[in-house]
Amino acid sequence: MKYTQTQIDLRRKLLSLYYGANAGHIGSSLSCIDVLIALFGIKTDAERVILSKGHAAAALYCVLNHIGEIDDLTLETFYKNGTKLSAHPSANSFLNIPFALGSLGHGFPIACGIAQANQLLKNSDYVYVVMSDGDTNEGTTWEAAHYAVAKKLSNLMVIIDKNNLQGFGRTMDILGDTANNEVWSHIGFEVIEADGHDVAQFKERLQLLKGSSDKPKLIIANTIKGKGVDYMENKMEWHYLPMNAEQYTQALNSLSTLNNA
Amino acid sequence: MRKEFSSIISRKIKANEKLVFMTGDLGYNALEPVIEAAGERFINAGVAEQNMVGVAAGMAYKGFNVFTYSIAPFAVYRCFEQIKIDVCIHNLPVYIVGNGGGYGYGIMGATHHAIEDIACLSSLPNMTCWIPAFVEDVDYCLNKIVDEKKPAYLRLGLGKPYPNPVAISTINQVISSESPEITIIAMGPIVHNALEAIAGKQTIDLFTILAVPFLKFSDALKTSIERTRKVIVIEEHVGRGGMAEQVLSRLANESLFPDAFVSMHAKGYPSKLYGNQSFHQTESGLDVASIQNEISKLS
Repeated sequence: MKYTQTQIDLRRKLLSLYYGANAGHIGSSLSCIDVLIALFGIKTDAERVILSKGHAAAALYCVLNHIGEIDDLTLETFYKNGTKLSAHPSANSFLNIPFALGSLGHGFPIACGIAQANQLLKNSDYVYVVMSDGDTNEGTTWEAAHYAVAKKLSNLMVIIDKNNLQGFGRTMDILGDTANNEVWSHIGFEVIEADGHDVAQFKERLQLLKGSSDKPKLIIANTIKGKGVDYMENKMEWHYLPMNAEQYTQALNSLSTLNNA
Repeated sequence: MRKEFSSIISRKIKANEKLVFMTGDLGYNALEPVIEAAGERFINAGVAEQNMVGVAAGMAYKGFNVFTYSIAPFAVYRCFEQIKIDVCIHNLPVYIVGNGGGYGYGIMGATHHAIEDIACLSSLPNMTCWIPAFVEDVDYCLNKIVDEKKPAYLRLGLGKPYPNPVAISTINQVISSESPEITIIAMGPIVHNALEAIAGKQTIDLFTILAVPFLKFSDALKTSIERTRKVIVIEEHVGRGGMAEQVLSRLANESLFPDAFVSMHAKGYPSKLYGNQSFHQTESGLDVASIQNEISKLS
């Protein structure tokens, strides 16, 4: 897989934001930024992407900056006092940040509500919700899963950003594989897996999935936490750590060699 | 009040296609008319209150006004974070309905009681709690809730009709005395105990307040407190964060400092024994005799 220029540019922007803010959650944002690029490349103006893993807000901010919804000056306020861009998405400021999210397990039920409303309104809009491995531990995830199937929310597209790491360990070692294809299929979702870093492939698979059945849809996006910065990849600590100057330089160097392999 | 509620909602939901009614799998022998009236806008969300409130917030974001119904403790506590974040922070028109507030579910036990609901919910941004006292209040509260299109909680209990006709407002004078000596303020159907306690007495002004928070005292209530300088607040709710504290804070804001202020409130399970609603009211000193006793002490 070759990274597109957008994937590289937005990663550079993301690192600059986090370095400027001396903030963590870098690994989480690098894990899902390609899925967000793909979703914002697909969705219509009326459709919404719900970032249930709100701790990856910076990835969302960079994508919204890329599409022109958040201007450069506003983006620079990330993490600063008086900002609209808190570490987790805040409410009531941007069209494409419809909900404050960051307490895990909230985005999926909200997305079910939007899907149900779209059905009542008889429009053909989809709603997309991006969950983390940690999200799939939450009880509301399983309430919403059964709800989505029972209420036939075929216009719901759930994406699990499955990097196999969560807050304090590997997903498998904590509650087991809660983002498992068979489990979700058995509940009644139409499930596919996709490379969560290959934007073109992800978009293609998502479009194919849309027309596939009347079931709610789920994509297990296989991802790598910290993707694109070699020393961060698959390392739990990059859920939390900010970069020092040396690490920032190293990270930028890592990005500049991305398509060399 | 559940039957009246069901009948009013059925009427409203037929007339207003933006209304949606969700239940956490409760409502047997009460909500059947709503099912009939609402069609696809009646949703049984299953025994999953957190998801129900999240779904309601999503629907409200898309322009619907959504009721979520369960018995009061399940409607409020299990899904408190969803109410706080998904609904209140976004100021969305989601209307939480809790049946059997206070000790309403009596012998069902502590799991089924809600004696801290107003304290919890009234602390949230944009939220108004509505507590009808008489059956006729349900219609008034629902009109306010649906008109205001913002987060709301409706606490239903066992209400009876008004003893005298009243033009219902958020603060109502139920009994008015020519030369009042004590002002009683009741929250919710506990007003019926107060009514029984003051029967035959000519010295009591009795008020109900239907909303927490409320903006200000009515002129009649303010005048009454200024005349009597003695206030009793009665509520089937814990003292902390309930009506008495609301009234006290309002009194201070209006520089009204009565000579006597008594808070009669729910005290939990003081004897660790259980019974019907009336039993628990007595345990907390909210029964007719206890109210009469407080009145005597202030007289």
